[in-house]
Amino acid sequence: MAEGTAPISPEGAAIGRPIARDDGVAKVTGRARYAADCRPPGLLHAVIAPSRIARGRVTAFDLDAAMAEPGVVAVMTPANRPPLAEDPDAKTAPIVFRLDLLQDDRIRYAGQPVAVVIGETLEAAEEGAFRLAPAYAAEPALVDIDAAEPFVPETVGLGAPVERRRGDVEAALATAAHRVQRRYETAAQVHNPLEPHAVVAVWEGDRLWVDTPSQNVARAQRRIAGLLGLPPDHVHIRSPFVGGGFGAKAFPAGPQVLGILAARLVGRPVKLVLSRAQMFGAVGHRAPTRQTLRLGLADDGTIAALAHHARVASSRFDDFFEPAAALSGGVYAAGAVETTHEAVRLDIATPVVMRGPGEATGSLALECAIDEAAAELGLDPLAFRRLNHADTEPISGRPFSSKALRACYDAGAARFGWAGRPLAPRSLSDSDGRLVGLGIGTAVFPSMMFQAEARALLRADGAAIVELGAHEIGQGAATALRQIAADALGLPLSAVTLRTGASDLPDAGGAAGSSHTATAGSAIHAAGTALVARLAALATADPASPLHGAGNAVLFAADGALHAGDGRRDPHAAVLARAGLGAIEARGAAAPDRAARASHAMAAHGAVFAEVAVDPDLGAIRVTRLVGAFAAGRIVNPRLARSQLVGGMIWGLSLALHEAAQFDPATGAIANADLGAYRIPVHADLPFVEALLVAEEDTLVNPLGVKGVGEIGITGTAGAVANAVWHATGVRIRRFPIRIEDLALAMPGREKEDDA
Amino acid sequence: MRRFAYLRPARLEEALAAAAEPETAWLAGGTNLVELMKRGVARPARLVDLAGLEDLATITPLAAGGLSIGAAVRNADLARHPVILRDAPILAEAVLSAAAPQIRNRATTAGNLLQAPRCAGFLDPGAACNRRAAGSGCAARGGDGRDAAVLGATEACIAVHPSDLAVPLVALDARLRVAGRDGERTIALGTLYGADGASTLPPGELVRAVLLPAEAAGFAGHARYLKLRERTSFAFALVSAAAALRIAGGRIVAARVALGGVAPRPWRPAEAEAVLAGAVPTDALFRAAADAALAAARPIAENGFKIELARRVLVRALTLALRGTPARVPALAASPFAPAGEGARHG
Ligand SMILES: Cc1cc2nc3c(=O)[nH]c(=O)nc-3n(C[C@H](O)[C@H](O)[C@H](O)COP(=O)(O)OP(=O)(O)OC[C@H]3O[C@@H](n4cnc5c(N)ncnc54)[C@H](O)[C@@H]3O)c2cc1C
Ligand code: SF4
Repeated sequence: MAEGTAPISPEGAAIGRPIARDDGVAKVTGRARYAADCRPPGLLHAVIAPSRIARGRVTAFDLDAAMAEPGVVAVMTPANRPPLAEDPDAKTAPIVFRLDLLQDDRIRYAGQPVAVVIGETLEAAEEGAFRLAPAYAAEPALVDIDAAEPFVPETVGLGAPVERRRGDVEAALATAAHRVQRRYETAAQVHNPLEPHAVVAVWEGDRLWVDTPSQNVARAQRRIAGLLGLPPDHVHIRSPFVGGGFGAKAFPAGPQVLGILAARLVGRPVKLVLSRAQMFGAVGHRAPTRQTLRLGLADDGTIAALAHHARVASSRFDDFFEPAAALSGGVYAAGAVETTHEAVRLDIATPVVMRGPGEATGSLALECAIDEAAAELGLDPLAFRRLNHADTEPISGRPFSSKALRACYDAGAARFGWAGRPLAPRSLSDSDGRLVGLGIGTAVFPSMMFQAEARALLRADGAAIVELGAHEIGQGAATALRQIAADALGLPLSAVTLRTGASDLPDAGGAAGSSHTATAGSAIHAAGTALVARLAALATADPASPLHGAGNAVLFAADGALHAGDGRRDPHAAVLARAGLGAIEARGAAAPDRAARASHAMAAHGAVFAEVAVDPDLGAIRVTRLVGAFAAGRIVNPRLARSQLVGGMIWGLSLALHEAAQFDPATGAIANADLGAYRIPVHADLPFVEALLVAEEDTLVNPLGVKGVGEIGITGTAGAVANAVWHATGVRIRRFPIRIEDLALAMPGREKEDDA
Repeated sequence: MRRFAYLRPARLEEALAAAAEPETAWLAGGTNLVELMKRGVARPARLVDLAGLEDLATITPLAAGGLSIGAAVRNADLARHPVILRDAPILAEAVLSAAAPQIRNRATTAGNLLQAPRCAGFLDPGAACNRRAAGSGCAARGGDGRDAAVLGATEACIAVHPSDLAVPLVALDARLRVAGRDGERTIALGTLYGADGASTLPPGELVRAVLLPAEAAGFAGHARYLKLRERTSFAFALVSAAAALRIAGGRIVAARVALGGVAPRPWRPAEAEAVLAGAVPTDALFRAAADAALAAARPIAENGFKIELARRVLVRALTLALRGTPARVPALAASPFAPAGEGARHG
């Protein structure tokens, strides 16, 4: 447990205020400097040449043609790639992914970098890469999840159990009054943050400066230092702004390291930026899934058994298995519950964590199956969910540290207007004859905590600088963390500067798992509390202070001063001035409370309601309204939290209706590798979306009582949309994203009806 | 990208002279060509930019009736031109259903008509593609056929033509004024596209204008373009239909129909028009017309659904056209989610 567990002063609190993001103006005016904006003197440009086959070997390059292009400086291939201190295929840490760093001529997926071309200009490097024209010895590649032989992996996700059970599911199913068994399919997806992976690498002797987007600068530093055989503190990673990551930047990707190696090869600074097409290759994706849900139901509507089995795809050469079934252990009460996984190996790049890894796809299947069970019983889907509310975590029996799900159901249903929804599908239509449906899904996401450190410095002028290697990846962390810092130090927001996004700062953990505000924020809170304690010690020991002799315990910091609670106060700047100190510093650390986490389940919850309109003949779907109500502990900044939740909900809509990476069976490559053909929703796809924040207090999850809002919006939403489509049409589509033709051809055409 | 020379002539003769050199391409808005160059699919040695040629960018009435739409008129300008909105609002509806505002601000009339297929095989310079390299094969053949044609596909190529604008233009019997070093000629828009959809324009020839015949205005009151796509905006057609009717005395005097997304070129089903001509409009008639339009359709791999969807889209387009062209192009142009609303106009 972190040192600082003091409650936050409610007075003048920055926490809870809906302030606009600190970096908003810099971003919209282009002043925010992303990695690819860096142009050190002497810069060269590198581009990767990606493999266009999925399995086999490179047999030749046309090096002469590439070098003949004016402006091409060098071509890096396995033959001349600078040496590495570590095998990029070695598992050097518990969680480390194999990288393709030109170790040999083998190709294990389409899009794998097979060479890097370095030029004086980007155009020269690109043309050089085109002219390089690799020749291949192709072998048959398998990219179809349904065609491969399954096996049971050792773990799923980042070390989670592959199977979990409580009670005897088979026995409960056998005796259940009703049984529902359904299979759902989800497609592969690609993260595609707005900012592609980029790296600008500058070597100074055996020191390396790297500008690159990262969701975890400390991890990137360790990995890159290990590969290059450098002391970690010789690798300086700067990542002040990250243009989205969604998990694709949680681990350093091969192309980022290749940019560094290219700079080493040519002895000059090098910039390497992936093209959008190259984002569909070597930087990870979300695996496709095949999920089977089995439910046993009692006549009274309670769930007697719930079994969730997921088949997921991974690469042939590394292990990441989307933990798609895992969340079903924690959502609905069930007499017996079981979550199991199997996997197949394909000639694809290794999938990696992607916003809501496992939860996104698993929630979609679970929420559909729950809806199908409610329909089987003739129950209202919300009533059925309330009836099976999990008062304790089903898979473990642990109580929840807090859970305001019922309040979310109430708030969401009221705002959305759920009451009066007809039970039967295909009951509603709008004035233009379109079928209207209303659907619901339960949202849930575990509240994680990791380790972090932070440093706070209070200057003589009463202003503070708080530093930690946290990550502003567009989610608003820099703003929310500064709010936490202001309250911890008892300073107005305007007096607090936050420095983040560099590996030279204290390790603040990664921006992942919806844990960053909780983790980094707790460390800041600890550092601020420690600094205030030092300040209080100075004041109470100083005969000239109004607080002289006051006990430390009764002091609190607010508005830039220490207060005794009886009207006596002493400004921070005055304390330092009298002590003759230019500044004082304190450090703080945070870590998960193991005991609390062993005894309690911790998760954020929510309820998402969707309204869709479906053209009865053409099958075109429009989500006309999405309303989510979420309880996620203390909300540091409601404006930014809503933005995160709404963003997640749009991802959920996308999962249900739009996004799919299509692997070409012939080449094994992703055929729709651009943002025209890889479809995400446009504004017109969602005219109304709203996220409500439901109050929730949690004293166990961490000192701040903060859960997380980064990923939960996806969960619940995808299922709610799918369920609304069913309610509109009476057609249940179980292959996602839902295709127009699947829906249109399953519906009786209206013209045909007229004939009858 | 291959190094290229860039020319921006101010006069047509200069442009035609410049384009006589081999490996030259016309550059209009560049929204398609430049992307193809980045991918290595197009590798011209010279670009002749049409932006300097003033008279290519205007819409003017023709002496004999009808309109001349300059080849370099931007899509966005076409879509809000008052004469177009009066005489051929279906063109605005089609154009506004295409791409996104930023692209429409650059993209031009001729560029849209001459855009390359969106077929993944065509767009991957390493793949076999008869359309890109005759005789090399067809990478799309082994696939699920989702994006493939159901009408008029050839042995060599199964890609569909991606243009929305071309669909109502073909329906309305548009012609092209084409200029070459040997002078000018006028051709039917339909003949711009070869059997596989590729342009039949000889190298060095230029589209100067699209000519809309005077008769087109007779359909303005009952003309709709409907586009089924996989998101509400900013997606190419899965299938689309242009339906234009001339109605008098409760009968369809003449009908113009074309389909998009189903064939290598904008598809004009004369059979359907024959069914409609002279008949009293009913649901049953529209279904019969749609059946006639799709009678020759054949699925490729798993795309049989397109035949049924095209039928339904055409029936709906005809139904909307009968109801009357709306006074304004709906905000979600050509979408089933943009009802005609109030103020429908009957011509
Ligand atoms: C993301 C995206 C989505 C899109 N969605 C749609 C859509 O839904 N529907 C749709 O219809 N289109 C769509 N488009 C295509 C877009 O409409 C075309 O890119 C555009 O119309 C091409 O016009 P341009 O002026 O930019 O042509 P350019 O790219 O400049 O040229 C295209 C071709 O036409 C030739 N050319 C141009 N002008 C002439 C001329 N006067 N004479 C002879 N040859 C000429 C060029 O040499 C080139 O071969 C989309 C494009 C993008 C990028
Ligand atoms: S369908 Fe046509 S464009 Fe596509 S790969 Fe085959 S030949 Fe090329």
